[in-house]
Amino acid sequence: MSKSNVFDLLGPIMVGPSSSHTAGAVRLGAMARKILGEEPLEGIITLHGSFAQTGKGHGTNLALIAGLLGLAPDDERIPEAPEIARERGFKVRFETADLGDVHPNTVKFDLLGREGRIQVVGSSIGGGTILIRQIDNFPVEIRGDYPTLVILHQDLPGVVAQVTLLLTTAQINIARMRVSREKKGAQALMVLETDQKIDEAVLGLTRRLPSIKQALAIEPLE
Amino acid sequence: MRAYEDWVVEAENKGLKICDVVLQNQVDDLEQTEQALRERMAKNLKVMRESVNAGLSGKRRSVSGLVGGDAAKVEERRRTGTTLIGERMSGAIARALAVAEVNASMGKIVAAPTAGSCGVLPAVLLTVEEIMHPDEKELIGALFTAAGLGIIITERANVSGAEGGCQAEIGSAAAMAAAAAVELAGGSPRQTAHGAAIALKSMLGLVCDPVAGLVEVPCVKRNATGAMIALTAAEMALAGVKSAIPLDEVIDAMADIGRQMSCSLKETAQGGLAITPTGRKIRTDFL
Repeated sequence: MSKSNVFDLLGPIMVGPSSSHTAGAVRLGAMARKILGEEPLEGIITLHGSFAQTGKGHGTNLALIAGLLGLAPDDERIPEAPEIARERGFKVRFETADLGDVHPNTVKFDLLGREGRIQVVGSSIGGGTILIRQIDNFPVEIRGDYPTLVILHQDLPGVVAQVTLLLTTAQINIARMRVSREKKGAQALMVLETDQKIDEAVLGLTRRLPSIKQALAIEPLE
Repeated sequence: MRAYEDWVVEAENKGLKICDVVLQNQVDDLEQTEQALRERMAKNLKVMRESVNAGLSGKRRSVSGLVGGDAAKVEERRRTGTTLIGERMSGAIARALAVAEVNASMGKIVAAPTAGSCGVLPAVLLTVEEIMHPDEKELIGALFTAAGLGIIITERANVSGAEGGCQAEIGSAAAMAAAAAVELAGGSPRQTAHGAAIALKSMLGLVCDPVAGLVEVPCVKRNATGAMIALTAAEMALAGVKSAIPLDEVIDAMADIGRQMSCSLKETAQGGLAITPTGRKIRTDFL
């Protein structure tokens, strides 16, 4: 675990009542929105464990919708998130399910936007800190504390090297990295968390590399 | 693993306050200027003040409807001048309840160190402000002292109800508030350690047994009693009363007690107040 600082102990500034069930839930919604990469039109939110059991009293549902709408954890409009969603034409509904051997505060988003659809699974792991565990069928670990590059690609020799070479040229340092694949030679997912911001130019070059199917740059949460 | 004692010794040797030592440490760790850190902390103080004022108006109800309006009741009685424990102390109670009620009703607060314990530190600091009239810079300094102690607590123990029970949340908040209050009132670095140790010792063993799993019962009122314990401990430390057990050892004891505490008493709502007949009924009625 990384060393705490004074603002971990006094902060975040947030709408209550719970850092994990409210502020963390907003951040999970916000990350799911960033991963979708566009305004969500329809969503099914599946709550697991403690989120399912005590979410109502903690405003977890409101907080998740607020995050999906792009509100921050300290936005006092969080309690009105369902009305804002209705005004913006975002249709969202909730379900509960046992998502298996995962953290008690876990949620699954099935989101549809104009450009595409995505499934994101994430957990609120304490004090408002979150961890995105899964994007579509790929296991990931994204905390939202670094600029993040998510790349869907063919599992072939040299693809990782091409991407890291590109980042080297752009003077972007990799803090954490993880690669996973459906099976050998099939689709694979690369997640790179970096110290520097990934700008449009780098993202554009990444997308033009051979064997890259999709690339997404996610800015860190506030 | 660091010790609060190291910071006390460093402050004593250099003739500094704890807040100066913490600030210097954070300038190095976060690679930001002292000015930038002070400005960021000033935002916390601003939101703390706003949350006190919002809660004293008494118009808020929690999501479940269990909580709200109590801060206004205490404030109303204080204004009549007929309090049992004096205007200053009843003011601290009202402020702690106010912030905790704002939190329970989805209002804006500063987690200090957690959302469930967010009322203790603002209540204590703003009460000391009323009595001692420190300037804004000193108040912000006191927040660094409180947060610095919080860092030590997270390194040696934790500030999570799920991990250590309520002693880790309201207990840590009370210890942090006591250290800040002592410093703000002119106490020495060593006296901040004694104040914090006395406060935390008074909270050891406190379980986290929230009714229906909500941050409402008994959390909101425990913010008020936690603030009282912090002020009582600070008063003793300022008078020269010492804690027989040093602060770092008290923190280690808190961690040990947290490990021994049954899971049913650590935020799972499966023991204590949560499973009393009334606690169960509230859960059924609400959920």
